[in-house]
Amino acid sequence: MLNLINATKLFNPGTPDEKIALINANLNIKPGDFITVIGSNGAGKSTLMNLISGVLKPDIGQVVVEGTEIQSMPEHKRSRWIGRVFQDPMAGTAPTMTIEENLTMAYKRGKPRGLAWGATAAKRKLFREQLSRIGIGLEDRMSAKVGLLSGGERQALSLLMATFTRPQILLLDEHTAALDPARAELITRLTQEIVREMNLTTLMVTHNMEQAIRLGNRLIMMDQGRIILDIPEERKSSLTVSQLLGEFERISGHQLSDDRIVLG
Amino acid sequence: MIDSIYGAIALGLLYALMALGVYMTFRILNFPDLTVDGSFATGGGIAAVMITHGYHPALATLAAFAGGILAGMCTGLLHTKGKVNGLLAGILMMIALHSINLRIMGKPNVSIVNVDTLISPIVKPVGLFILVAGIGVLIVKLLLDVFLHTDTGLALRATGDNERMIRSFGANTDRTKILGVSLSNGLVAVSGALIAQQGGFADVTMGVGMIVIGLASVIIGEAIFGARSVFFATLAVVLGSIIYRIVVALALRVELLKASDLKLVTALIVIVALVVPYVRRVLKQRSVARKRSAELLSTAMPGKGGRS
Ligand SMILES: Nc1ncnc2c1ncn2[C@@H]1O[C@H](COP(=O)(O)OP(=O)(O)OP(=O)(O)O)[C@@H](O)[C@H]1O
Ligand SMILES: [Mg+2]
Repeated sequence: MLNLINATKLFNPGTPDEKIALINANLNIKPGDFITVIGSNGAGKSTLMNLISGVLKPDIGQVVVEGTEIQSMPEHKRSRWIGRVFQDPMAGTAPTMTIEENLTMAYKRGKPRGLAWGATAAKRKLFREQLSRIGIGLEDRMSAKVGLLSGGERQALSLLMATFTRPQILLLDEHTAALDPARAELITRLTQEIVREMNLTTLMVTHNMEQAIRLGNRLIMMDQGRIILDIPEERKSSLTVSQLLGEFERISGHQLSDDRIVLG
Repeated sequence: MIDSIYGAIALGLLYALMALGVYMTFRILNFPDLTVDGSFATGGGIAAVMITHGYHPALATLAAFAGGILAGMCTGLLHTKGKVNGLLAGILMMIALHSINLRIMGKPNVSIVNVDTLISPIVKPVGLFILVAGIGVLIVKLLLDVFLHTDTGLALRATGDNERMIRSFGANTDRTKILGVSLSNGLVAVSGALIAQQGGFADVTMGVGMIVIGLASVIIGEAIFGARSVFFATLAVVLGSIIYRIVVALALRVELLKASDLKLVTALIVIVALVVPYVRRVLKQRSVARKRSAELLSTAMPGKGGRS
């Protein structure tokens, strides 16, 4: 359903600071795939996500969604298909606006916005139901400003906002990395539940090796702008963390260096 | 004394529309738009010229609104599509508008005395003026409140709050910015049109310093009345504009100040309002840090372990 074909992205091309963020990356995401992505710092994981979401445009190569090339389509138009949660809990919500206002904006993802009243009673009822699903009491604070929520609560809200309208693809870029272990666990559990229940096609960057193996049906490994390994479900289910790290060293010739790495 | 305060309230109401425009850009869009100095005079100029040519003052005021929207649209396009820095885009438009305003007016000053204006039927008892102008401003304020709660209005607010987030939900933030700056300058131009009708003339220099006055009104209003929600924030802006005019009227009665000192005083109000919260925050942080350090030392607590 989503294909990345020979995608290459350079930063500061032609200058002494030239950086190859992604080189000749090919990825074929099938409907229902839940792919975890691991790799060293600067491997190009975020760049891969940004090429899909349209934050960045590839220098060469195509991004194809269901047969349509979208590499030159602006970010805001692609959001019709794509739901996203960022690493920074501050990034996914508007802090001076209320929970219900944030949900109203998420509800309109990819739809035209007119002059109709935003948070109607019908929508608020829907939001209340959705909020109670994540079970952290946000349904009773719908008119509170999001800036008052903790990082974990904001990330849970971001996750709900990104998913409750059923995006074709869900992109999660280290969305638990900025949280303490207990909150990270909560968000991981929620992610798993939501993805399974809604059968969302998901790409999730994580620095937690155990999680990368436990979650999802595919695992890809990146290093220095390349996708160096794509592990299918059959092999993934029997993989251990030390095997995974060994595999990385064997292919890349060096140890996996991730300053946020969690082995599990 | 009382008369001058009533007069100040009346003026404050007319300027409140300008302050609402400044609130839209500075607070909602988080975009310091300096077009205001130019578009205020554009509004005054368009209204004055049309009224002297015999057009209905309501139509003239509506045309001023359109003129302001157009001016704001240019600034918005410059900033979003032309990638010109926001402050610079506003300054460029402000300068360009000075020439355009002279073209519109044909001369630096257009007088509209002894003709019917929107203001002339209600000008007599100042109480009536305040009532009618107050209702008018309230209607505009409420319309703005409603707009800011529509889907488009929410996207506009989110653009100023977290641009990356609202883009990930499919809003074209270039468009929301242009819309916001246009609407803001439309309000500013209407305010200019009303001030011209109230004063009996339009002058190319009538907008000089407007941006700072607008900002002062926003800041005074927020400081006194708070800004818990959009509804209260816009109310605070209107009241801030009135209080600003009352302060000015009182300051002028004190013989120490001359009318020409006003801009300095206004600038000082804004400077104080910007600097005080910052200083207060720094001082508070410092005292909290000291207290916590002292606590930690006295209990000789071992450092909390970092994350893995
Ligand atoms: N805007 C930018 N300008 C210049 N270089 C950049 C920019 N963004 C990323 N890079 C560089 O491109 C490379 C890939 O970056 P990317 O953010 O995709 O890595 P990553 O795998 O997400 O790393 P991390 O684990 O640190 O998040 C890195 O070397 C990075 O320094
Ligand atoms: Mg990254």
